[in-house]
Amino acid sequence: MKRKLEASELIFKIISYTLLLMFSLICLYPFLYAISSAISGRAAVEYGQIVLFPKDVQFQAFKRMFNDNMFWNAYSNTLFLTFYGTVWALFVAILGGYALSKRRLLFRRFFNFFLVFTMWFSAGLVPQYLNYLQTKAVFNSVGITDDKWLVVIAMGMAAMNIILLRNAFEGVPSEIEEAAIVDGATEFQVLTKVFIPMCKSTIATVALFFAISRWNGYFWARQMISNPNEHPLQVFIRLKLEEFTDPDRMSGWNELYASDSVIYALIVCSIVPILIIYPFIQKYFAKGVNVGGVKE
Amino acid sequence: MESKASDFLVFDEVTKTYRENPEQVVRDDVEKHYWRNVGLTILKDWRLYIMLIPMILVFLFWRYFPMYELLGSFKVSDEVKPVAEQFFAGFSYFKRLLVGGDGMSTEFWRAFRNTFLLSFYGLCFGFPMPIILALFFNEIKSNLVRSTCQVLTYLPKFMSTVVMTTLVTMLVKQGSLISGMGIVSQALSSLGLISREVANAGLLNNPGFFRAIYQISGIWEGAGYDSIVYFAAIIAISPTSYEAAQIDGAGKMAQMRYVVLPSILSTIVIMLITRIGSLLNIGYEKVLLLYNPKTYVTADVVSTFANRYGLEGAAKGIASAAEMMNNVIGMLLVIGANTIARKASNVSLY
Repeated sequence: MKRKLEASELIFKIISYTLLLMFSLICLYPFLYAISSAISGRAAVEYGQIVLFPKDVQFQAFKRMFNDNMFWNAYSNTLFLTFYGTVWALFVAILGGYALSKRRLLFRRFFNFFLVFTMWFSAGLVPQYLNYLQTKAVFNSVGITDDKWLVVIAMGMAAMNIILLRNAFEGVPSEIEEAAIVDGATEFQVLTKVFIPMCKSTIATVALFFAISRWNGYFWARQMISNPNEHPLQVFIRLKLEEFTDPDRMSGWNELYASDSVIYALIVCSIVPILIIYPFIQKYFAKGVNVGGVKE
Repeated sequence: MESKASDFLVFDEVTKTYRENPEQVVRDDVEKHYWRNVGLTILKDWRLYIMLIPMILVFLFWRYFPMYELLGSFKVSDEVKPVAEQFFAGFSYFKRLLVGGDGMSTEFWRAFRNTFLLSFYGLCFGFPMPIILALFFNEIKSNLVRSTCQVLTYLPKFMSTVVMTTLVTMLVKQGSLISGMGIVSQALSSLGLISREVANAGLLNNPGFFRAIYQISGIWEGAGYDSIVYFAAIIAISPTSYEAAQIDGAGKMAQMRYVVLPSILSTIVIMLITRIGSLLNIGYEKVLLLYNPKTYVTADVVSTFANRYGLEGAAKGIASAAEMMNNVIGMLLVIGANTIARKASNVSLY
């Protein structure tokens, strides 16, 4: 049924279209600006002449980045942390979430509280720092000198994600589990053959959350990884920013492109891979919010 | 209540004597063998308990052991000795922070106030934005336009904190001999909103702008993504509700008021309560990456205060005392908020 729009409706529609388009453009603009600045000539960037489109296009800043071994090093470190960190966190979270989802588990309330309490109260930076230092000493004494393993194993576990998994596992009908047990499945087979396939999308969402927090991890990686060759990308970007916005260090800058262009190039390089996989992960990302851990 | 003898003894009519209540014998038996039964249950289901072990170890080592280190806030900091053997300092650190009257105490109160204010302004300005966005998204009937807008507004959420703050830093950076000021500073000064000198000195070096930059970058980063949950609630409204309202003569505003808002109210209330609960748990990374000594007045929050004194400086005891106070109050807020949520809507957040 088509009806004529009332005046108030029309006005509201126009307002929402305009404001939404404006907000979308504002969200997009900094990225476009970063790309343009990364590929513009020195004078244009330094005198602030770039508004939207690049001027005197050059690709030297990108080239400098790509020729920097440390950049690729940082990238591979980030991939290492993201991959192993996600695998380890998922391993712990799936096993824990599965056990917690069983009503026959003894002391279930205690284990749940054990988990949830860490969401309410955290010891804070200083105790955590001391704790990680001790862990690092233990790791070193057993021969693990690569601090990346410390970051992989000790950091990034989130109680919220385990609870998301627990709720998903609780949603699996118990008849299916019983059927599997009657057919002679062991506990591990029930988990791997029944529960994991049935909760695939929640597991994907949780894996995504873990992967994002690993990819983005900065503070503890900077505090704990002492060898600059093992720094992940986030730390690398920050150190570059600190170096390049220091006027004393930059006064001798003698290239055809502005020093800012290098920073913009770095930003672009760190966003592009995420943009490439964005269409594939978007549906899980949107879904994760709705799952939200709200438990009736 | 008087204790009933029949719980323990029953009178036997035949022999005219008392004897033990058989139910009590069973109860005693269960009690005596409680731990044995626990052991047997665990043994029967041992695989389930093996699965719990990695989780328990991870949380014990890296979540609960740091809490043991909190003892340090009652002890005289000593790098060499483990925390259990350090000298006892009592509540002196807490006292010094709360009523010390020296520079440390003023700085702590400033940090506490900033923590609260940053969250509070986030509640005032950052919280309504996703709701407004979701209402607008609902108005756009063209799928193509709407999903394009949605994708664009989710985009900033995919940046890490470091990349986001780097971009913000570049957009409002100060002008110097070797390069001009950031594009946003330029725009603001040519619009006449701020003077050229202020813009040229760098907005991040000006304590008056820190909170605004923090909130605006927060909205830019999160509003689109946070609108998903409200939008999902809005599209779940049945079209018949709108039709019924239209037949009753409701205009756009009336529909908004009587159909849309009531349907998403429960979502709004839950999100609001969560938000209030985490009023003191402010993310330290973003502040740490955006602030500098010139903006401590408005930017320094309790965790960055602890970072400065405990990690960069050597006052570990006092730094962990400061953060512990903040986190304990934060925990009470979270628990309170959760209790209210459960009472109000029968929905528990955890």
